[in-house]
Amino acid sequence: MSESVASLTDALVVRGGFPLLSGVTLDLAPATMSVITGANGAGKTTLLQLLGGLVALSGGSGVVCGVDLSRDDRRALRRRVGWLGHEGSFYDELTVRENLHFAAKAMARPVEGISNVVARVGLEGRELVPARLLSAGQRRRLGLAWLLLRRPELWLLDEPYAALDDEGRDFLDALLADVVAAGATVVVSAHDALRRVPEGTRTVRLVGGRVAGSA
Amino acid sequence: MIRIALLVAGKDLRIEGRSRVLLWQVVPFGAMALLLAGLALGPTQAGHSRAAPGLFYLVMLFVTLLMVARSRAIESRPGTRASIDTLGLDPAGIFLGKTLALAVELWVTGALLLAGTVVVLHTSLHGTLVGAPNVVVTLGALAAAGVLHGALSGSNEGAATLLPMLSLPAFSPLLIAGERAYSAVLHGGALWEWWTISLVAMAAYLGLGILLYGVLEES
Repeated sequence: MSESVASLTDALVVRGGFPLLSGVTLDLAPATMSVITGANGAGKTTLLQLLGGLVALSGGSGVVCGVDLSRDDRRALRRRVGWLGHEGSFYDELTVRENLHFAAKAMARPVEGISNVVARVGLEGRELVPARLLSAGQRRRLGLAWLLLRRPELWLLDEPYAALDDEGRDFLDALLADVVAAGATVVVSAHDALRRVPEGTRTVRLVGGRVAGSA
Repeated sequence: MIRIALLVAGKDLRIEGRSRVLLWQVVPFGAMALLLAGLALGPTQAGHSRAAPGLFYLVMLFVTLLMVARSRAIESRPGTRASIDTLGLDPAGIFLGKTLALAVELWVTGALLLAGTVVVLHTSLHGTLVGAPNVVVTLGALAAAGVLHGALSGSNEGAATLLPMLSLPAFSPLLIAGERAYSAVLHGGALWEWWTISLVAMAAYLGLGILLYGVLEES
């Protein structure tokens, strides 16, 4: 039995007849952080979506959190992963508290934990502000609060550092280090290599939907 | 399933309440449609009353299409969609929740428009009240069919065009049955046959939605 959280072998994802990912082989160990780098269109988001069960595997094989991507129902995997997109991952018309309340209720988590995660991500005093009125950095923090409340095994963060100032980057670095230390696996996509990564972080470079290098 | 349905319905209604599209776009459109129809039909009150059921359901058809598109748009952003997908909610619960929210919106709009038909088109208040239960069932069936066909039309750029094309054949029997039942309580005629169609259609669309919504969303 593999100890990997995720294991892809020659993974192929095709959409509209066009291969978005091809021949991707990847192994993610538990409680580690991996950074997927590459230019626009390299397949970073598609790889995260594949790991989250959000797109179907067209060829090759893959097992994520014990779910076989080519055989099992991908919906069983989704509940075990958390997604944070750079464009926002929640309801703009709802307030910070209402968004988190919805996530907690949906996952049958106690709503009493909301105040703690709001404080953890530094959004105290913003609980009653609609998400659409938050700055880019605050929206990212709300997305992280949503994930902290859910406590998924595998965190998939699509360009989480985009549009963040130095303080926001430092905050995200520290939070992700804590998350990994607590036993979760984190996969982050980024245009370029991150300026600071926790020890043991693996970097995978994608070019044209293929793995061009790994370190 | 019921817990998720109530959660989703509460969320959709809260979002709709904040955006106020129903209040500032849909209801004024319906009121204007009834007013213009009343003016076009001229001063004969009997003619107004005869046309009222058809006009009511014509306006409700447009309202339903608009509100189904609104309901789909709530989760249309890729990031939001991915976040909600990773919550792993029961698709049947999502379907029922979205149907309930849409039905509430249609019931509110329908109640205001029925009041408008009494004032502007001179329908009998007693007949309108007697016909109201059938309107509730018909609009509930429209909501279930609308949410199901919203999922069928997808969420890509062509969905706005696809939705009316796919849903009109499904809506037509409901609209005809609703119009006939409303006419029957106002002016006499067969009633229970139309009631039966509305009830069977609502049960069928709810059942189909519970079974197929998840499959349609995945595809």
